[in-house]
Amino acid sequence: MKSEKITKIVLLVTAGLIILIAAGMAYSLFGGAMPVFQKFGLKFIISSDWNPTEGRESYGAMPFIAGTLLTSLLALLICFPFAFSTSLFIGEYYRGKKIGSILGTLVDLLAGIPSIVYGLWGFYVLKPLIVNLGINQHGLGIFTASLILAIMIIPYATSLSNEIISLVPNELKEAAYSLGATRREVITNVILPSAGSGIVAGYVLALGRALGETMAVTMLIGNANIIPDDLFGMGNTMASVIANQFGEAEGLKLSALIAIGLLLFLITALVNFLGKLIMKKLYS
Amino acid sequence: MIITKGMVLSDIKLEKRRKLKDRIFQFMVIGFSVIAVIPLLLIIGKLVKEGVGQINFDFFTRTAPNTMEAMVAVNNNETIPGGIANGITGSLLMVVMASVMAIPVGVVTGVYLSEFGNSKFAGLVRSIADILQGVPSIVLGVIAYLWVVKHITSGYSALAGSVALAIMMLPLIIRSTEETLKMIPVTYKEAAFALGVPYHKVIYKVLIPSGLSGLLTGILLAISRVLGETAPLLLTALGSSMITLDITEPVSAVPLLIWDFYNDPNMVSLIWSSSLFLMGFVLFLNIMAKRIAKKWKIQ
Repeated sequence: MKSEKITKIVLLVTAGLIILIAAGMAYSLFGGAMPVFQKFGLKFIISSDWNPTEGRESYGAMPFIAGTLLTSLLALLICFPFAFSTSLFIGEYYRGKKIGSILGTLVDLLAGIPSIVYGLWGFYVLKPLIVNLGINQHGLGIFTASLILAIMIIPYATSLSNEIISLVPNELKEAAYSLGATRREVITNVILPSAGSGIVAGYVLALGRALGETMAVTMLIGNANIIPDDLFGMGNTMASVIANQFGEAEGLKLSALIAIGLLLFLITALVNFLGKLIMKKLYS
Repeated sequence: MIITKGMVLSDIKLEKRRKLKDRIFQFMVIGFSVIAVIPLLLIIGKLVKEGVGQINFDFFTRTAPNTMEAMVAVNNNETIPGGIANGITGSLLMVVMASVMAIPVGVVTGVYLSEFGNSKFAGLVRSIADILQGVPSIVLGVIAYLWVVKHITSGYSALAGSVALAIMMLPLIIRSTEETLKMIPVTYKEAAFALGVPYHKVIYKVLIPSGLSGLLTGILLAISRVLGETAPLLLTALGSSMITLDITEPVSAVPLLIWDFYNDPNMVSLIWSSSLFLMGFVLFLNIMAKRIAKKWKIQ
């Protein structure tokens, strides 16, 4: 029985390592962010000043928090009709049919494209298109970044809802059909009420993905350290400011960037937690 | 539609309206679904069209050119010399190191969760793995910077890059291992126990072999996820123009090279071939992983 005990201990210790890693991450982020919070206090979060000039250094995270939330929410909004249609296509209209699984595979492949490739495509294909359509002059900005983000999160928004839509019991649907309901009526009156929270959870998790996307956004958002004043203006997200400025940062600026990383970590954790909470309610 | 005696004209009209709405809805679903995957085809098309011409033998065997060489070639209207060998070796080096770190810990933790999943401690581990999975990759870059670049290698290094990638792979492997092992019938385990096989042998002679395809799928998917990562490497591996296998030195990676090419006006034409290679490789791994999952599904 001794070997059994050892095995159990090895399993337990390894699993404990995960907790240690997470605790270490939180500790390091808090530690690295400390100097900037000591200097500016919680004003760091709401201030919109970003001035690395020596002597007059002043840092505030608000432009980046605003940019992150704005691009992610806009992306979610843009992706919704497409993701929702795709879920219905795969989970209802063509469930179990070849064409449904082909579309499913294609959507899955969207998740496999590296972020930087999305960025390149956005920069060389989407940006000129936006300029040509006259949406804005330079083609960069919140809107362009959101557009590419919307494409990137479609697979995450659909994967959960495909499954949940296809799991709606047949008896419920058949009951509605037997009363003479059309397919659309079955979808709005039977499928949506019973799959609704699962679909919402999928979108919340997709939002979590969008919040942390870095490269594609960095290449398209314009990298202006201001609170975006309109949807076509330039901005910066928390992830993109870290990617852009971390390399040359030192001292207080480095601490400010780490603090932004910490805030991003907290925001995504919160959003993911919400998504999981909705899912848990669903399955219990 | 069945027209019965009691129906009046307005009923028939209502029927027609409902049918029409149904039709329109279906067309919209199909239309939006098709539009949703068009970017995939456009991206692949663009990469193949612009990238294929640059790919030759040199592309895989030579290191990236410097700006001067590229500028001269561009001015003379020649193809830019050199390739992405330093990126390929760097990517391989970091992914192998990340795998060495993440696979054992991930698999063992997954085994723990599937074996003792109901304890409070397991619940905590599971929630933390979930949180880890949601952490943006750039934040993992910051972490690896704070841990490795600052304190271990005192400078940008391959080790730092692989630590970031390993933390990224961990939750994916844990999750897939747990889910795979949970599907293995308890009778397998019970049969082994009945024969008096010790616990650790049950794990690596019964549990892991019967779930091997699932584990492999999870690992391949995790690798394909981190192969395309750029953001964390910007803060950790930095990039290098040489082929190096020294893990305490900065190294390049294919996505890092793409980023460099993108930022250098002289080398911009190299982005397509490198992206084509990167995406081809990632999608290949992806498809392989799903093939394995399908072929050896646990019965």
